Amino acid sequence: MKKLFNSTIGFIIIALVFTSCNNGESKSNSALSSNVAEKVYVAPGQHDEFYAFISGGFSGQLSVYGLPSGRLFKVIPVFSQDAEKAWGYNEETKPMLNTSHGFIPWDDSHHPDISQTAGKLDGRYIYINANNTPRIAKIDLTTFETTEIIEIPNSAGNHSSSFVTENTEYVVAGTRFSVPIPQRDMSIKDYKGNFKGSLSFLKVNPENGEMAIKFQILMPGFDYDLSHPGRGKSHGWFFFTTYNTEEANSLLEVNASQNDKDFIAAINWKKIEEYVNNGGGTKMPTNYAHNLYSDETHTATSTMINEVLTVNPLDVPGAVYFLPTPKSPHGCDVDPTGEYIVGNGKLSANLTVHSFTKMLDAIENKKFDGEAYGIPILKFEDVLAGSVEQPGLGPLHTEFDGKGNAYTTFFISSEVVKWKLGTWEVLDRKPTYYSVGHLMIPGGNSAEPFGKYVVAMNKITKDRYLPTGPEVTQSAQLYDISGDKMELLLDFPTIGEPHYAAGCPASLIEANSKKLYKLEENTHPYAAKSDADTKVVRKGNEVHVQMTMIRSHFSPDNIEGIKVGDKVYFHVTNLEQDYDVPHGIAMIGANTSELLIMPGQTETFVWEPKQVGVWPFYCTDFCSALHQEMQGYVRVSPASSNIELSWSLGDDF
Amino acid sequence: MTTIQKLFTLFFTIILISCGGKKEKEEGGFSYEKKSTTETTSTAPEVKIPASQKITLSDKGVGPVTSLELPAEINTEMAAHGADIYTKMCTACHRPDKKFIGPAPKGIFERRSPEWIMNMILNPENMIQNNQEAKELLAEFNGAPMANQNLTMEEARAVLEYFRTLK
Repeated sequence: MKKLFNSTIGFIIIALVFTSCNNGESKSNSALSSNVAEKVYVAPGQHDEFYAFISGGFSGQLSVYGLPSGRLFKVIPVFSQDAEKAWGYNEETKPMLNTSHGFIPWDDSHHPDISQTAGKLDGRYIYINANNTPRIAKIDLTTFETTEIIEIPNSAGNHSSSFVTENTEYVVAGTRFSVPIPQRDMSIKDYKGNFKGSLSFLKVNPENGEMAIKFQILMPGFDYDLSHPGRGKSHGWFFFTTYNTEEANSLLEVNASQNDKDFIAAINWKKIEEYVNNGGGTKMPTNYAHNLYSDETHTATSTMINEVLTVNPLDVPGAVYFLPTPKSPHGCDVDPTGEYIVGNGKLSANLTVHSFTKMLDAIENKKFDGEAYGIPILKFEDVLAGSVEQPGLGPLHTEFDGKGNAYTTFFISSEVVKWKLGTWEVLDRKPTYYSVGHLMIPGGNSAEPFGKYVVAMNKITKDRYLPTGPEVTQSAQLYDISGDKMELLLDFPTIGEPHYAAGCPASLIEANSKKLYKLEENTHPYAAKSDADTKVVRKGNEVHVQMTMIRSHFSPDNIEGIKVGDKVYFHVTNLEQDYDVPHGIAMIGANTSELLIMPGQTETFVWEPKQVGVWPFYCTDFCSALHQEMQGYVRVSPASSNIELSWSLGDDF
Repeated sequence: MTTIQKLFTLFFTIILISCGGKKEKEEGGFSYEKKSTTETTSTAPEVKIPASQKITLSDKGVGPVTSLELPAEINTEMAAHGADIYTKMCTACHRPDKKFIGPAPKGIFERRSPEWIMNMILNPENMIQNNQEAKELLAEFNGAPMANQNLTMEEARAVLEYFRTLK
């Protein structure tokens, strides 16, 4: 009997082996892992379902990825020079990086936010803040180019930025560091009671997305960390987390963690807008840059503005309140209905959620708990909607799936926790690898999130990838959140540092993506729009070359009569009028980057030849089978030479 | 070890061997020959009369224009408009009356049909892949492909009218 039993088992096992290996051909094998792979696999030639715009943190840029594949499409240069695209190197874009401190080649880009209409993402623009030298940039999502940068005066560490109201009426920029306003020479020790924190409201032109500072609210000298707009019922309000309500000026690690509760500042911006529209506020002399890029001249202009309208919150009764919130809250997140305001108290054991309805009631019934510099503090118990009890360690940021769930990152315990709005119960938790900062659900900061994926942006990746020396890759992780439980799908490397992100369905943007610039719309003052326009003109020591490029030659490609000591401007126009045919140009010894010129566009680089000789230039972007032939020469003669300027292409001139 | 344990060990060993073997087969499965087939198809055809001198008036080419009757009289207004477009969009590679990067349009109606010319302007990527004359021209002109300058039908037609004035 036993023998029979054994041989039966043996038969079954052999049969199983064959069956399992036959199944190896089909999708049902190793069901778990292949399922996950399929969920992120976007076949060659296929497009991703979502765009993810992930800020570059200390690289100062904004990167564009596809979800669910995690494939990198583009790094949009914003606040840092980018030699690949000549951003901040060519003459046209240098003015974009101008500030009241002069030209600044770098910044720290933090919080991208996509423009909204009626509380929903509209896919027109992305706004993003520079943290270090306070600025806000606008990126046009038809060209994926930065087309505006505005400096924020009276701000320092522009961190609680750059979030939009539900109809993109305003882009909001709050200062992290409080400073003397206006800036002046004073003792640092006199911080308390003297420094101020500015919250700036930038009015957006609905036609073209352009920003203008409408007013700045001068708040007590706290650190304003993050902010989010009210929406739906709370539209018209804006919420800012604060820390360092202790107003410490040194060793904040200890000194700014003394108070049990800091505040969320609730600002009724509609009330302040009305006050300002009726002539309220005080004009203050200042100095800041407003830089605009034109798709017609392909050139940026920088304008200095010397006045800003400031508002003392005490002059607008009923416009500003403080909501006590435990322990140095970081993220300040408003749910899709506009009812709940989550304060992610990063040193708190619990996650605090305030109720907008209760807040209005507390204001109406004056349920105050004192005041701070004249601003009413609402009673904690009277605004609290509920707490998520001990969900994890170090909560930073919460996003929403539009199905009544919230997802919060916990930096210290390195996890994403899913919890339910209203019942405050924890539904699921998944580890991140490692030490997650912010997270992103496409549309997660809007009335209509697309709750299919969450992207976690991690601060530490140590053993997750092949090592690359002491500096290892930056990385994000993708989770499927369409089911009851979250599922980790993908690790994907990112540019440094993946700080914060905004995402939206590709369908919102894809069809509007521009393919080329029309030559006939090019109004660059030095454009050569056909061969007939090409020329070389001397103005003293300045020489202006108006050059064209098309597959696969430059016109002109031989230039003589340049002298040592000249400042030679190469204004180069790409005559192509076909999709995806950019050309590049680089000149030996030029103290700048190459140019990368899109069809129909004109860009300029400067070359100051220091040595006599014949010096070549060439196309840097592989453009055709004759790309290697796309080259030319400039003859450089001694400064004393009498050689006249001449230029040619082939034997034709 | 009990017999059952032994059998399970055997079971997993077989699975490992059989599945490992399969993996190896997959990895070795790239195709060398496939690549060479595409190479052989891409060799250029032999040309005796240069493509730029061949007369192929019955060839209408590949593209949006299948039939085009030219009126007897040249429309001078349209031709002037065409000359303007030609200067802006074409002179980077074409001189009116002599070979440059590409061939000269002068006298082109003696060799090509109006439809072929229109399709070469409007649909060059497709023409150099699928039209024999265009393929040969590409080879004759050094592999420099005709650029698609995204002219509208109306603009291409005006350029065509301008070509009629080149005598």
